Amino acid sequence: MNNTFNLVWLIPTLPLLGFLINGLGRKSLSKSASGLIGSAVVLGSFIISIMTFIQVKQGHTGVIHFFDFLRVSGLKVAFSFQIDQLSSLFLLIITGVGFLIHVYSTAYMHDEEGKDFAKYFAYLNLFVFSMLLLVMGGNFLILFVGWEGVGLCSYLLIGYWYENNNYTDAAKKAFVMNRIGDLGFLLALFWLISKTGSMEYSQVLNAASLAKLTTFDITGITLLMFVGATGKSAQIPLFTWLPDAMAGPTPVSALIHAATMVTAGIYLIARSNILFSSALITQQVITIIGLATAFLAASIALKQNDIKKILAYSTVSQLGFMFLALGTGNYVAAVFHVLTHAFFKALMFLGSGSVIHAMGGEQDIRNMGGLHKHMKVTSITFLIGCLAISGIPGFSGFFSKDEILAGAFGYNTIIYGVALFTALMTAFYMFRLYIITFTGKFRGTHDQEHHLHESPAAMTIPLIILAILSIIGGYIGIPEVLGGHHELAHYLSPIIPTAHHSLSHQTELMLMGLSTALVLGAITFAWIRFRNFKAEQSNGGLSSFLENKWYVDECYEWIIVRPIKKASSLFQHILENRIIDGSVNGVGKLVNYGSRQLRWLQSGQVGAYVLLMVLGMLLLFVIQFFVS
Amino acid sequence: MDIKAYITLSLVLFTIGIIGVLVRRNAIIIFLCVELMLNAVNLLLVAFSKMHALSPVAKASANFASDAQIFVFFIMVVAAAEVSVGLAIIVMMYRNVHTVDINFLNRLKN
Repeated sequence: MNNTFNLVWLIPTLPLLGFLINGLGRKSLSKSASGLIGSAVVLGSFIISIMTFIQVKQGHTGVIHFFDFLRVSGLKVAFSFQIDQLSSLFLLIITGVGFLIHVYSTAYMHDEEGKDFAKYFAYLNLFVFSMLLLVMGGNFLILFVGWEGVGLCSYLLIGYWYENNNYTDAAKKAFVMNRIGDLGFLLALFWLISKTGSMEYSQVLNAASLAKLTTFDITGITLLMFVGATGKSAQIPLFTWLPDAMAGPTPVSALIHAATMVTAGIYLIARSNILFSSALITQQVITIIGLATAFLAASIALKQNDIKKILAYSTVSQLGFMFLALGTGNYVAAVFHVLTHAFFKALMFLGSGSVIHAMGGEQDIRNMGGLHKHMKVTSITFLIGCLAISGIPGFSGFFSKDEILAGAFGYNTIIYGVALFTALMTAFYMFRLYIITFTGKFRGTHDQEHHLHESPAAMTIPLIILAILSIIGGYIGIPEVLGGHHELAHYLSPIIPTAHHSLSHQTELMLMGLSTALVLGAITFAWIRFRNFKAEQSNGGLSSFLENKWYVDECYEWIIVRPIKKASSLFQHILENRIIDGSVNGVGKLVNYGSRQLRWLQSGQVGAYVLLMVLGMLLLFVIQFFVS
Repeated sequence: MDIKAYITLSLVLFTIGIIGVLVRRNAIIIFLCVELMLNAVNLLLVAFSKMHALSPVAKASANFASDAQIFVFFIMVVAAAEVSVGLAIIVMMYRNVHTVDINFLNRLKN
């Protein structure tokens, strides 16, 4: 074991400890105690993560082996952590943003009862633990353990308010959809083991092991892995769970369904980029799926009225952008966008939480308006988030999104066009949300207006920190064309080979100028359109099509759910009721009937018994004399 | 005497016993008939033993010829013991149900 990393085991252990304390003591801990424990353990992990990050930055990386997790006839899977550039970066995002969200939650969830409050923090800590396991694991199996763990926590937290049936349905939907993806991932793992005989990153992800695989193997494995990623990261066709997942408490949406868990698929692909780079078909599939998801989700977000739903579709759309980057081989841009997106999307979710808190649970933006005067901090930080996601120069989103767009331009002009259009839609719907919510006149009830207030410091301080990060987060990846060095690409270069840029500096500058000008245009358009917003009726046609989310859920209902239900009821009536029940009951009836008939032999008459005995003896005689 | 006479006699006795057991309902009569069957077999055993004792194989052995005769005495002793048990059961039956009709004993409960 490397001495430099002798504290690394604490990073996931601390949240696990927090989970155990909060989970087991949820009935006896006071609210402030469980909030304190929940936040403190994540803070501890964050501090160790920073120390680890500094070590990694100095060039110390390594695999820390703890014990053998599994040893089955030739296959050995170690329980080990891999600390390198990629995982240390994700550690920072998870524990850093996670800590802020824990602090925020102490205020946001304050109306909950003591034991529910502790339960919430227990789940949240368990989530952080699983997520850390996912990114730190030194092989695919540990990653898979974390992968399932975050799925479970996501389910638990979406269904946190379990009295509400719709919420538990949403939780189940998320779980089932994730399971579909997980199956793909599991198959990919089995395929990988059968071909290479190992799951350790250090043994699988190198040229020597790649040589053992045929093109067919690589394509199959990467496609199946991508199926897993579509489940976890909400891509077509498995994206519909994410908007429903907004049933959970808002900080949960910020942590799990925006900043961390949904980026697990991107982590997986970035981690195994060496496999994906040699699977051209898979890359094309990822590009198309990513682009289609980005476009579809952005178009749906245009017409939504629930503040969290807009952000949810926006998340799906941004994840689509990340997959677009992965598909075009631009892994650094994808990881970069994960980082900046974690900042600004967490910021906006927490901001929406602050709004919902002030509005007393109201989520429909048509009933809001003019909130800027009442909650300045929330409004300004939210505006920063909007500017960042729209890609205004100077904010973090600009750098990462621009890198993705530049990569797409180098790949294919049509793809670039669609991606750019999606980016414009992003700017439009985000500012639609901002303008309707924070400017103009208040449209809610009088009681709500009276109740409006800025949120407490435990909520605004994380907002401010995240807002600052949303601004400066992009400066670690300033492209060379703007006089930077792209620190992030250099940092990640041992894991992800730097993509060679084919674009000239002029083209790149031109693309930046174009996208910036168009985004500004989109924002202006949103301002003109929604400045004097009145709750309008949907005007049919395309807009109701978008409002109903492209009828994707309805399609799934018709194509998958109904036929399965039909087939099930058919099986129930014919196979179950007739054949299986019939044979089981038939055996019972037969025995019953037979017994009834045999019963007459047991008459109780001694004479009858003796007669039978004599007849039996006679029979034996007959057999003895005539048969043998 | 010819062995066939013994066989016929014991067959007749045995058949009387069987028919008695089958048709009579009085427990004591049935019991007598059972004893009759037992003794029919006993008689046959003695008869065969006597017949066998005349064979040259048996003559070579000192006590071979008398084995079955001794068996029969044992069987009679055991039968006497069995009779006492059987009669005791019939007495107990009479005490409980005040009859010795076996058709009265056709149920297990009550």
